[in-house]
Amino acid sequence: MSNMISYIGFFLILLALFNSIILVSSQPLLSRIDKSYQQVIFSASKIQFPIVLLSFICLIYSFLINDFSLQYVSSNSNSALPYFYKISATWAGHEGSMLLWCLILSFWMFLASYFSKTLDLEFRKNFLSIMGVLNLGFLLFLVFTSNPFEKNLSVPIDGKDLNPLLQDFGLIVHPPILYMGYVGLSVVFSFAITCCIHKEFKPEWANWIRPWVLASWSFLTLGIALGSWWAYYELGWGGWWFWDPVENASFMPWLMTTALIHSLIMCEQKQVFKNWTILLSIFAFSLSLLGTFLVRSGILISVHSFANDPARGVFILAFLSIIIGSSLFIYFLNAPQIKDRNKFNLVSKETFFLLNNILLVTATFTILLGTIYPLLLDLLGLEKISVGVPYYNLVFLPLMIPLVFLAGFIPIIKFSTSSLSDRNISKLFQSILLTFILSFLVLYAFNKYSIPILVGLFLFFWIIINLVYELIKNMITAKSFSWPGKNIGMYFAHIGLAVFILGATIVENDKTEKEVIMGISDQIKVKEYNFIFRDMKEIKAANYDALVGIFDVKKDGKLITTLFPEKRLYFSNDLPMTEAGIEPGLSKDLYVTLGNHIDQDKWSVRIYHKPLVRLIWLGAILMALGGIINVAYRRKRQL
Amino acid sequence: MKARTVRLYYIVIIIFFLVILFFLFIKTFNENLLFYRSPSQISQNEFPENYVFRIGGVVVDNSLIKSKTSTDKEFRITDFEKSITVKYEGILPDLFREGQGVVVRGKLLNNGIFVAEEVLAKHDETYMPPEVKDSLKVNREILIDSSKSLQLK
Repeated sequence: MSNMISYIGFFLILLALFNSIILVSSQPLLSRIDKSYQQVIFSASKIQFPIVLLSFICLIYSFLINDFSLQYVSSNSNSALPYFYKISATWAGHEGSMLLWCLILSFWMFLASYFSKTLDLEFRKNFLSIMGVLNLGFLLFLVFTSNPFEKNLSVPIDGKDLNPLLQDFGLIVHPPILYMGYVGLSVVFSFAITCCIHKEFKPEWANWIRPWVLASWSFLTLGIALGSWWAYYELGWGGWWFWDPVENASFMPWLMTTALIHSLIMCEQKQVFKNWTILLSIFAFSLSLLGTFLVRSGILISVHSFANDPARGVFILAFLSIIIGSSLFIYFLNAPQIKDRNKFNLVSKETFFLLNNILLVTATFTILLGTIYPLLLDLLGLEKISVGVPYYNLVFLPLMIPLVFLAGFIPIIKFSTSSLSDRNISKLFQSILLTFILSFLVLYAFNKYSIPILVGLFLFFWIIINLVYELIKNMITAKSFSWPGKNIGMYFAHIGLAVFILGATIVENDKTEKEVIMGISDQIKVKEYNFIFRDMKEIKAANYDALVGIFDVKKDGKLITTLFPEKRLYFSNDLPMTEAGIEPGLSKDLYVTLGNHIDQDKWSVRIYHKPLVRLIWLGAILMALGGIINVAYRRKRQL
Repeated sequence: MKARTVRLYYIVIIIFFLVILFFLFIKTFNENLLFYRSPSQISQNEFPENYVFRIGGVVVDNSLIKSKTSTDKEFRITDFEKSITVKYEGILPDLFREGQGVVVRGKLLNNGIFVAEEVLAKHDETYMPPEVKDSLKVNREILIDSSKSLQLK
C-alpha cells in the first residue's frame, strides 16, 4: 500500500509533465486544427496545480509513514523525527524543494490563468503558453535529475536524519515563502515576454501586472527576512547578514524587483520606460533563476547545498542559458517597436524614478560582480578568491544613501509644473533642517557621537518626518476622516525601510560582543547587565542529547531573565549544534551561546548585547505589509 | 548654440565623475579580494606584510591547544605536504574538528605563523570545503586513508 502512494506520486508528476506539453504545444499546433483550442490552454493551465499538489501530498504522506524505500525520504528523515519536521523535511532536501518549486510555479500559473480574463484573448493565450514553457522546463528537470520518488536499491531499517540546522521553525516556513517570491516573478517574466511578442505595452497591462510584481516582492521580502532571522538565532554568532553568495542570490532579485515596482508606476502613469520595464522583468526572473543555479548546483557550500550531482548543475545552466538567451533575443528583436509616448523634462517625477532605477540596478550589478567573479575565476582555474565583506559595505551602502534620501522626499512632492517649485524647495530645506535637529538631539540624549549613527538616524527621521507629515496633511484636507487610499501601501513600505535602517545602523554600530571563558558561578558584566553562569544540566530529547547552560541575567541586582543556551549532539550525525539563549526585546536582545568546551565546567561563552536588532525584521515585515496592502487595494478597485 | 555648449559642459562633468567613481569602485573591489593558498603554496614574500588572505587544509590530529584562561587557540593545518601553525583568538565553529577540513582568513607573520581573524568550517561530515578538496586532490589517497581512520575512531 505504502509503495502505491509513491508510485502514484511519480505518476502524477508525469501527468503534470504531459499536461504542460499539451499546454505548450496547443498554441503552435492545435490552432491549425481546432478553433476552440484556446479552451485547452485555459484548462491545462488551471489543472496543472491540483495535479502537482496531489503529487506533493503523496510525498508528504511518504514522509509521515516513514517510507524509507524512497531514497529522498531515507536520507532526509528518520523514525524519531517529530511529525512537523517530517512534513517540513518534504522540502528540506534538493528533490523535494524542486517539487515545491514546481508546485508553486503551477500555483502561480493557476492564479494567472484565473485572473487574466480581462486581458486580450490573443495576449492571454501567449502569456499562459509561456508560463507553460517554464513549467515544462522545471518538470523535465525534476523527472530527469531530481526525482523525489526515486527508490532505494535496498530498503534501510531507518533513515539518516534531517540536517539538524534545518530542524527549526524558521526553516519550515523560509523556503515556501522565498519560493513564492522567486517563482512569482515567472508571471512577470512571462508577461514581459508576451508584451515583446505583441510589440506593445499598454498602460492597462502595466496596471494588470503590478499586483503580481508587488506580491512577489512582498514574498521575497518576507523570505529574505526569515532567512536572516534564522541565521541570527541558529548559527550562533548573532549576525543577521553575511553577504554570503547564497544570501546575495536572493537579494539580487529583490533589488531588481524593487526597481521594477517603481518603473512600472511610470509605465502606467506616464507611459515612459516601457522597454526598460520589460528588460527589468527579464533581469529579475533571470536573477532568481541564477540564484537557483548557484544554490542548487553545489558550486556554493552552505546549508542550502546538498550532496551534488553535476548533471543538475549542467541542466540548470542549460535551462538558464536558453531562457535568458531567448528572452533577450526576443527583447532586442521587438523592443525598438514598443514606443514611449512622451519625452519628459529634466526636473520631473520621471527623472527621479529613473535615478531610483539606476541606483538599484547599479547596486544589483555590484553584488552580482562580487558573487560571480570568484566563481568564474575558479571555473577557469585561474585563482581561488572570495570577495570580502568590506567590498559590499563600501560599494553598496553609498549607493543606498541617495536612494533612501529619494524615498523620503519624492513621494511627497507634487510635480505639477516642469520644475521644482519654490514651495517644494523651501519644504526640502525645512525638513532637512528639522531632521538634522532631531538626529542631533537623539545623539546628544544617548551621548553617542559617530558618523554612521548620525547618517542612519538622519535617514530614519528623514523618511518618518516627511511621510508622517504628508499622511497627517492628507487626513486633514480629506475633510471626512479617511486613509489616503491608493498610496497607503507605499507609506508602509517606505516607513518599513526607515525602521529597517534604524535597526541595522544601531545594531551594527552600538552592539557589545564579548567572548570569554566562564566556569560555573562566574559572572560578567555586559553593558548594565550582569550575566551569571549558574549551572549546567543535561537533557535528553527524542533525537538529540543536549548540555544546557543556565545563565541568570541581573540588572541592578534584580533578576531579569534566565537564558538557556544549548549545545546539542544529534544522534544521527555526531555533530554538535549550538542553540542560542536569547531574551528578545524591542529595545535590545540579550544573546548567549556556548562556544567550545575548555575543560571540566569551563566553557568559552559568547555574550552579546544587540540594541534595536528586532527593528531589522520589523522593518521588513512593514515593507511586505505595504506590498500586500497595495495588492489588496488594487483588487478591490478593479472589482 | 549657447545652450548646446552648456549641455556639453554638463555631459563632460558627469562623465568625469562617472569615470572617477568607476576607478574608485575597481580599486575597492581589488582591495577586498581574498586569495586562497594551501600550506604548501605559501611563500613568505608573495604578499605584502599584513595582507589578508585565506589558507585551508586539514587540521592535524592532536594539534589543537586551547588556553584555559582566554579564548586563544592554536592548531596546525596541513595539505599532507606541508603544515602551518595557526593562532586564533575566539570561539571555534561547531564543525571545527581535528582531522577535518577548514578554511581560515588572516595574516602571515614573519615567523611563519598564520594569525587567523576568522575560522570557517562550512561543511558537513560528508565533504570538505571546496577549496580544501581541490588543493588536496594530489594527495587524495592519503585523504581517503585519513578519513577512514577517522571513522574507525
